[in-house]
Amino acid sequence: MSNRMKMILILTLFACISGGVLSLVYLFSSPLIEANMLEERNRSIFEVVPGVKTYEEKMQDDLAYFLCKDESGSVIGIALPVQGNGYQGVIKLMVGLTPSLDRITGMAVLEQVETPGLGGRISEKSFQEQFNNISTHPAVEYVKNQEPDKENQIKAVTGATISSRSVVAIINKNIQKLSSVIQ
Amino acid sequence: MSERGQRSSFAEFTKGFWKENPILVMILGMCPTLAVTTSAINGLTMGLAVVFVLTGSSLIVSIIRNIVPKQVRIATFIVVIATFVTMVDLFLKAFLLDLSKALGPFIPLIVVNCIILGRAEAFASKHSVWRSLLDALGVSFGFTVTLIFLGGIREILGMRTFFGRSVLGEGFEPWIIMLLPPGAFITLGFMLGAKNLIDRKMKERK
Repeated sequence: MSNRMKMILILTLFACISGGVLSLVYLFSSPLIEANMLEERNRSIFEVVPGVKTYEEKMQDDLAYFLCKDESGSVIGIALPVQGNGYQGVIKLMVGLTPSLDRITGMAVLEQVETPGLGGRISEKSFQEQFNNISTHPAVEYVKNQEPDKENQIKAVTGATISSRSVVAIINKNIQKLSSVIQ
Repeated sequence: MSERGQRSSFAEFTKGFWKENPILVMILGMCPTLAVTTSAINGLTMGLAVVFVLTGSSLIVSIIRNIVPKQVRIATFIVVIATFVTMVDLFLKAFLLDLSKALGPFIPLIVVNCIILGRAEAFASKHSVWRSLLDALGVSFGFTVTLIFLGGIREILGMRTFFGRSVLGEGFEPWIIMLLPPGAFITLGFMLGAKNLIDRKMKERK
């Protein structure tokens, strides 16, 4: 067998084996990964809208949101999955709102690729909890190196202003969008 | 390395921890070394991912070393390495989602980590399966231990914690710079210096 044939054969063989092995691993892991994602979505909805028992997926003008209800079936809040650009990549959040949209009930970071240890700290509880029960009128703002003193303010992560600003901007933009869609 | 004669199996395994430490001596794999070591747990996870990828690919490369034509060996090695890396990535996403998110793109980037291809090309493609296995385990665990050290120092000084547990009191003001890229360079520089200092002292004592 010529060397050229051997080269082609060997490389093709290994590419095929690799493809086969990875298909098997993917087949086995993809339901787990999907279940993880769904569980995370459920968990984040339950986290950002306190007291929710069931939720219903809604779609209006390309904007998806979850209508959250308590035991009796009355609407107690809205969970809004949002995303936008951060410092290094896309940030995905879940935002909980009162039905009238004038207060944020909670916020959870679903996905981000910000700098570990800096912007990445937007995923930490202490940052996310700042969004509990803040006002959306006027729009949410961030402050640096001082404690927030207004009802619509949160404190930016030290050394990660861009990531903090992105989170605030993503939230404000999408609340505005949602309010124009719902009303 | 083969021309230096056969080392004992034990020496083949332990050389990766000190004498041929991938980070402190070979200065390989700097990208994940500097980028993910903001905490000890990140260092440990990254290290274990490399243990799996390096051991797996060294094993395969050593087994196939005599049937792969020279001209396509790098391409073949990369396919083997990429397969193992994708497996680790899927595994972390399926079972350890939080850690997978913390390490972000650096798990997929193991594909281009010089340590892996370096060991495959310089060692596994020229040695028996048993010796390649020892070499891969030694080098990758040496990598892991060094990453835990680096991540641990940065976590302690930058966040006052070690593996998430508080070790320094509230009175200690965290050094934010340790979590930033310069903190990685500073810490690594001191570690390299300390390694060389210890080596010199040991030589003098002899």
